[in-house]
Amino acid sequence: MSDNGCGFPAPGLHSFLFKPIFEVGGFEFNKVMLLALIATAVVVTFFYAAFGKAKMVPGKVQMIGEAGYDFVRRGIVYETMGKKEGEKYVPLMVSLFFFIWIMNIWSVIPLAQFPVSSVIAYPFVLAGIVYFVWVPLTFKRHGFVGGWKNITGYDNSLGPIKWLVAFIEFFSNLLVRPFTHAVRLFANMFAGHLMLVMFTVASWYLLNSWLIPAAGVSFVMTIAMIGFELFVQAVQAYVFVLLACSYIQGALAEHH
Amino acid sequence: MIANLVQLAAEEEQNPLIPPGPELLVGTIAFAIVFFFFWKKLIPNINKVLEERREAIEGGIEKAEAAQTEAQSVLEQYKAQLAEARHEAARLRQEAQEQGAQLIAEMRAEGQRQREEIVAAGHAQIEADRKAAAQALRQDVGQLATELAGKLVGESLEEHARQSRTIDRFLDELDAKAEATR
Repeated sequence: MSDNGCGFPAPGLHSFLFKPIFEVGGFEFNKVMLLALIATAVVVTFFYAAFGKAKMVPGKVQMIGEAGYDFVRRGIVYETMGKKEGEKYVPLMVSLFFFIWIMNIWSVIPLAQFPVSSVIAYPFVLAGIVYFVWVPLTFKRHGFVGGWKNITGYDNSLGPIKWLVAFIEFFSNLLVRPFTHAVRLFANMFAGHLMLVMFTVASWYLLNSWLIPAAGVSFVMTIAMIGFELFVQAVQAYVFVLLACSYIQGALAEHH
Repeated sequence: MIANLVQLAAEEEQNPLIPPGPELLVGTIAFAIVFFFFWKKLIPNINKVLEERREAIEGGIEKAEAAQTEAQSVLEQYKAQLAEARHEAARLRQEAQEQGAQLIAEMRAEGQRQREEIVAAGHAQIEADRKAAAQALRQDVGQLATELAGKLVGESLEEHARQSRTIDRFLDELDAKAEATR
């Protein structure tokens, strides 16, 4: 695609496609899947080390684990849903947060250097799970008619525009929401990865040309972007879980 | 940029917004494992420990509160005892003072009584002495006066017993005079 003659290997969509590592009966196993499974292993191993044999007086690993657990439980779940309603959803939210975070962090880990969540399938799965939690919950809590009222925000006090409001709410809540929920995470990681690849490749490319000082600038940008990405990765995991909590809270709440 | 992306996607026959099936499957499995561990094992585990820790801390607080209450009650008891002891001491002192005062009063009364007795006895003695002296004096004065009168008259008047009546009369007059002037 970079056929402008200078030979700069510009990053693009091809940066997000991987040749399969191996193939079993037409199932192509690639690097991203491997990273996803390693993310699972990392989360499970760490929290097993922390909570597997939890003690009253915590060791270092347990202390770190507890801090992370408490951050999600108190800082996100209890804050949005309250302790009584939220308690049930703590396992889901803790799993989501740490799984997403580790998937994001792969972006800056040497050798991996690819955020799993920049492949739409993974955010999509997680957003789908959240979607299939809150939608049935709405109807379970409010009944069939009440559930639709909750989702569409149907309210007689709105007068004649209530149908317009209901239509927009229906569209934005039931149809667009899972999509935006997944794409918000995906697009952030996708763009972040593009930027990182861009500056990294540029550093290398410029080093071999007559623009060596520009290579230095590009390298500094690479380092800066890594720092920025570390921040974005955590923020996006937080935002994803926060939105999941607010969707469930909305499903449990009385008419708004 | 988006148009460019879409165009690129079309070129490579791979839209980044369309999830490939196998990836969905792996993603689901990967997350399911994480969720299962958290849900079934790890979160119940840590919640139990956190609860135990909370109880231990609250138990410690309760124990401290019990100790505090006990200390308070002991202190109050002690204070009550101290107040009682003070009261008792004050009462004893008061009693002793009263007893002392009574004793002094009794002794004073006794002394007064004895003094009066002694004075009375002295007065009686003096009166008796005076009477005896007066009696003796009367006889002596009578005799002396008779002797003196006999010498003056030249003859003894002693034999004339009847004359003694005159002397007695004279002395009685003297007595009466003395009585009147007293």
